[in-house]
Amino acid sequence: MTDTAVQRTDARYTWGGDEFLFVEIAEAMSLAANYKANAMAALLTARGLTGVSDICPANASLLLRFNPDILPPDRLEAEVRGVEDEVAHSSHQTLDTRIIEVPVWYDDPYTRETGARFRKGHQKPDGTDLDFAAEENGLDSPAEFIRRHHESPWLVSMVGFVAGLPFMFQIVPQKDQLEVPKYLSPRTDTPALTVGHGGCFACIYSVRGAGGYQMFGIAAAPIFDPAQRLDDFRDFMIFFRPGDIVKFRPVEEAEYRDIQAQVDAGTYTYRHAPVVFDLQRALDDPAAYNLDLLERLHGH
Amino acid sequence: MAINILEPGLATTVQDQGRPGYYNVGIPQGGAMDSLSAEMANALAGNSAVEAVLECTYLGPRFTTDADAVIAVAGAPVDVKVNGEPRPQWSRLQLSAGDEVSFGMLRGGTRYYIGVQGGIDVPVVLGSRSTYTLGAVGGFEGRALKAGDVLPVGPALDVGTGGAERTELEEALRPSFDKEVTVRVLPGLYDHRLTEEGLDTLLSATWTLTPVADRTGLRYSGPEIAWKPRTQPFGAGSDPSNIVDAGYAVGSIQIPGGKEPIVLHRDAVSGGGYAMVATVISADMDLLARSAPGTKTLFRAVTLEEALAARAEGRKVRSQIWG
Repeated sequence: MTDTAVQRTDARYTWGGDEFLFVEIAEAMSLAANYKANAMAALLTARGLTGVSDICPANASLLLRFNPDILPPDRLEAEVRGVEDEVAHSSHQTLDTRIIEVPVWYDDPYTRETGARFRKGHQKPDGTDLDFAAEENGLDSPAEFIRRHHESPWLVSMVGFVAGLPFMFQIVPQKDQLEVPKYLSPRTDTPALTVGHGGCFACIYSVRGAGGYQMFGIAAAPIFDPAQRLDDFRDFMIFFRPGDIVKFRPVEEAEYRDIQAQVDAGTYTYRHAPVVFDLQRALDDPAAYNLDLLERLHGH
Repeated sequence: MAINILEPGLATTVQDQGRPGYYNVGIPQGGAMDSLSAEMANALAGNSAVEAVLECTYLGPRFTTDADAVIAVAGAPVDVKVNGEPRPQWSRLQLSAGDEVSFGMLRGGTRYYIGVQGGIDVPVVLGSRSTYTLGAVGGFEGRALKAGDVLPVGPALDVGTGGAERTELEEALRPSFDKEVTVRVLPGLYDHRLTEEGLDTLLSATWTLTPVADRTGLRYSGPEIAWKPRTQPFGAGSDPSNIVDAGYAVGSIQIPGGKEPIVLHRDAVSGGGYAMVATVISADMDLLARSAPGTKTLFRAVTLEEALAARAEGRKVRSQIWG
């Protein structure tokens, strides 16, 4: 499938029992399918339908939880189809969102140590996850993979699995997508804030736990703060929202430690700026569009 | 008033009716897994349906209260003891300050609930007192109980403030905890990706609940299920049971690699890359929570209309508790 703007083709509607409606927008991942999921979710949220408790946009689909005693299934489906139609017919395919800079210590000792504990059964038992990722993408070195990873921004295409975990899709043409298979057998341990990768998706593990994505580095600041200590979490314990745009910034140990100290002191805040995500521009000329986005981040 | 936990039990957590509204960021609904039994524990303790209770899994806690208290135990059959003396389940129990409550071994099922008049009064987090242990959110410090924990109990309710008057629950109204269970499911989501025979197998085989069963989900053993071979779409992963990561319906059934179906329950992971092929209807979610490992389980297909009728029927049963 090639990248095209939102198509006026029907999504597939199907029920997940008597409390969930699932809308598959496309079978394959693309910026256009994700845009449609987020745009539909935004419109549905704005409508504030009584009886709908959860509106969950995902990579290329949308999941809604509803109470059929309040909102009968056929009425819900009619509402959602109406919203789908509205998104397909809107001439400006844009989403109000923000771009966020996320400092990452790539090839850090924490994920390297964890990776070393799970080499048995790994696709590359005698190397690191980064070695494997570079090889899989035909790149000369892990350093080249890291460069590609942080050079272009990523769109948060879904938040979930566990509390606050962002899935991210890089805003580059499909031929330039970094693709790395998941672990053959999932790990039982992953450090919190590990920057991981599975298929065409990057993620940041919000909590320590099991995981199957390859590990490339560790984010320096929290993305999930149940105690809501930091300013960025004052309104909500989860930082990322679907539609956010993420620019990874590589940091070395000294800066990582410095950020950690700011986090401990409760003074750390993420650098971020409001942006309007424009699907057509992202598809037509991602390189130029990304430069434009980064300009917003670095101020004006 | 407070409860002093002397021994925590295996996985005792504070739960109420759950935390809807945050599934879009990966925080599950949570709440008592066997919601009907939890509601019964509340009714018998003189509460309304919304107070937080203790959910006990396999092995319950041992505790004292620091003042006179009213409790009730409902759910999986278990011996209840106060100061070592047997006391009935499914009834309101009066405790004096310092009385020690303990439990024997389960005689069936998996979970039982301790209702305390006034409810377990932990802080409300995102609209609920339920414990989501993976995210360390809600409940008592976001985790399962430990020895030494002191749980605050809210002010007692009375009839005027929504408290129930019932002191016993007749046998006919109590749920059963059988070794064989039929669970109704609505096929859908990605069921078209199974072979016809695969879907038939899912809906006709006898499945056995494995010990891999917790608040997140329950894994069943049984025959292999065939997926249609195909060229996978971009971003979906290589196995025919993979999809581009999507939101997971609570109660949905996934069959990674065609082996050992997993049914997601109230602490479901909110999404992932495995195709779901059917969903347990809301009226039957409690049946899964009551199942002990080894339970023989049939997944029987129903229509959406039948699922809605079963839901209405369940509401009727529920209203009898409070009548």
